[in-house]
Amino acid sequence: MNVFFFEVSLLLYFLGTALFLSQLAGRLEGVSQSAFVVAGIAFFFHTLALVSRMIEAGHIPLTSMHEALSFFSWALVLVFLVVELRYHIHILGSFILPLAFISLISAAALPKEIQVLAPVFQNVWMHVTLSLLGTVAFAIAFVAGLMYLIQEHLLKSKHRNALYHKLPALDFLDDLNGRAISLGFPLLTLGIITGALFAEFTRGSFLNWNAEQIGALGTWLFYLVVLLGRVTVGWRAKRAAYLTVVGFAGVIFTLVGVLVKGQHPFA
Amino acid sequence: MNIIVVGLNHRTASVELRERVAVSDAVLPEAVARLKCAPGVVEALILSTCNRVELYAIVRDTAEGFDSLKEYLLKMAPSVSAEELLPYLRCLDGHEAISHLFRVTSSLDSMVVGEPQILGQVKEAFEVALTQKTTGLVLNKVLKKAISVGKRVRSETGIAANAVSISYAAVELAKKIFQNLAGKTVLLIGAGEMAKLAARHLVQAGMQNVLITTRNYELAADVAKRFNGLPVAFHDFPREMSNADIVICSTGAASYLVSAEDVQKALWTRRNRPMFLIDISVPRNIDPDVGLLDNAYLYNIDDLQGQVDKNLEQRRQEATKAEDLVKGEVILITKWIKTLEVLPTILALRRKADDIQKAEVVRILSKLGPLSPRQEELVEELASAITNKLLHGALVALKAEADSANGPLFAEIAQRLFDLEREIAASAHKEHDDQVKSPSQGEPS
Repeated sequence: MNVFFFEVSLLLYFLGTALFLSQLAGRLEGVSQSAFVVAGIAFFFHTLALVSRMIEAGHIPLTSMHEALSFFSWALVLVFLVVELRYHIHILGSFILPLAFISLISAAALPKEIQVLAPVFQNVWMHVTLSLLGTVAFAIAFVAGLMYLIQEHLLKSKHRNALYHKLPALDFLDDLNGRAISLGFPLLTLGIITGALFAEFTRGSFLNWNAEQIGALGTWLFYLVVLLGRVTVGWRAKRAAYLTVVGFAGVIFTLVGVLVKGQHPFA
Repeated sequence: MNIIVVGLNHRTASVELRERVAVSDAVLPEAVARLKCAPGVVEALILSTCNRVELYAIVRDTAEGFDSLKEYLLKMAPSVSAEELLPYLRCLDGHEAISHLFRVTSSLDSMVVGEPQILGQVKEAFEVALTQKTTGLVLNKVLKKAISVGKRVRSETGIAANAVSISYAAVELAKKIFQNLAGKTVLLIGAGEMAKLAARHLVQAGMQNVLITTRNYELAADVAKRFNGLPVAFHDFPREMSNADIVICSTGAASYLVSAEDVQKALWTRRNRPMFLIDISVPRNIDPDVGLLDNAYLYNIDDLQGQVDKNLEQRRQEATKAEDLVKGEVILITKWIKTLEVLPTILALRRKADDIQKAEVVRILSKLGPLSPRQEELVEELASAITNKLLHGALVALKAEADSANGPLFAEIAQRLFDLEREIAASAHKEHDDQVKSPSQGEPS
């Protein structure tokens, strides 16, 4: 059942993404409305998929890469829906939905079998949830940064096209960027701590110096610098936008690395 | 019955003439009430703004109505002679008059296409007419439609979308850099007219802190008072700049007053919070290199003018969409008015036939003497069958022609053939009384 719901939501996310992307080009007011509704329905089915999977598995479904990516998309869309309802920035969907869709289609390509958990993995979901929520926050920062760079380019070049009118004000994007980082960083920190504790518990050592642990620490340090730079010396606006766009590329790189090598001790 | 408009506007007449004819708000109620009493006028409305003075009326006879309205205008503006006024008057009737009103309300006829005031001005004129009870069935419907068309044009086309003045363009840009202008600070360097105008728009948009600096400190203090702002000593402004989110520069200085170095320093002090700099002075007063700095957005007068021109061009494109929308609505309402011309004839014909039928039945029954109820019924049936069958063709033809161009002609023929003038006059009188009692009532849709 959960796979059926998953596939329905995948289809709807595809439709939503297409609508949001078509909104980027056109001036149609109605499109953003219907895109938002489609995204909402997709999110509903996605939630059903996650819940039914949890019931079928008998544990929180965060134990395979498929489940991790699915949860990542789900949380990303949740944040989008909340921000959209609060601030009515339709164009946010044109950036976030494609991201969620890419993540979800990657999840679809991965083995969907429900893992039988050894008792020792019963509590791994905490580490996974925290790390993934941190990643969601960085994804939001990335989107805000990307939108900032586009809008800043349009303002500097004095080129005003349809995109210029749809993108929100620079300081709003900078603010969103800053807030996302300052929320994502503690989440990632907690994710790393719980991961280390978990590694200590299962393997007997906090740190094994494997690629994905180094990647995680690198990401953590990077965002620490970004955050401190913002608070102390005013690394905001354009610089912050650049850094978060680059930083998220690093996050993706780590994630893909984990995916390709399959090193993460999920199962 | 026809709808007509007589008036002058910014296209036909100079401002000198317009202001001599203009009707001030104070005298408008009385003026429109008097217009309603002009010969041949059934309903009346006066629209008087700085760009137009127009008299709208429903008249019994078009030619008589035009003469009547012209005469009224001359009487209303005694300082203007007929030779001065008449060549500049624009007289329209029927379809064209409605189309004109709709275009005016949609601000397609405005000096700046898409400007927002005219819709409110039409509403006000309509309200005055309503309180003076000078409008009736037709004008009420036409004006309500005009207002709703005006609203549709604003919301469904981009006609009013973007700024078309330099100062508004500046505000629009500011809103793309700062989400919320409240709590932000603007620094005016020099107090040129355009700078003050831009500052006023920014304050209207929510900006609270205004700093002003000019070489003459007293002048700065004087202008500052008007904006509830603070004067800044001229030699001090480069330091104050770090507090300013927006800098508007308009002085007569021949060289750059704001260097890239000054702005870079300000940005450091501000910890890179963005700055929006507007240079509306000619020659320029802000070093163009400022535009190369990160987080500083420099726009000069040509940049802003360029945007205004682009926006105007866009409005013109949107205006064609608006024209189509207006055309469609004009056709609909014109149809409705035409049915209105035929409807009384149909009703009068029906009523006259009924009256004759009833009278004849009563007469014949009294002559026949006592009849059984069934026999009486048959006599009534006979009478009603004859009238119905006789009228059927005429009524169908009238209804079919109601909204065509031939409608009024058919109505007139029917009136002549069946001798209906008296019935129509009587019912028009009754309708008029109803209208006066409650102007918003009786609107077939």
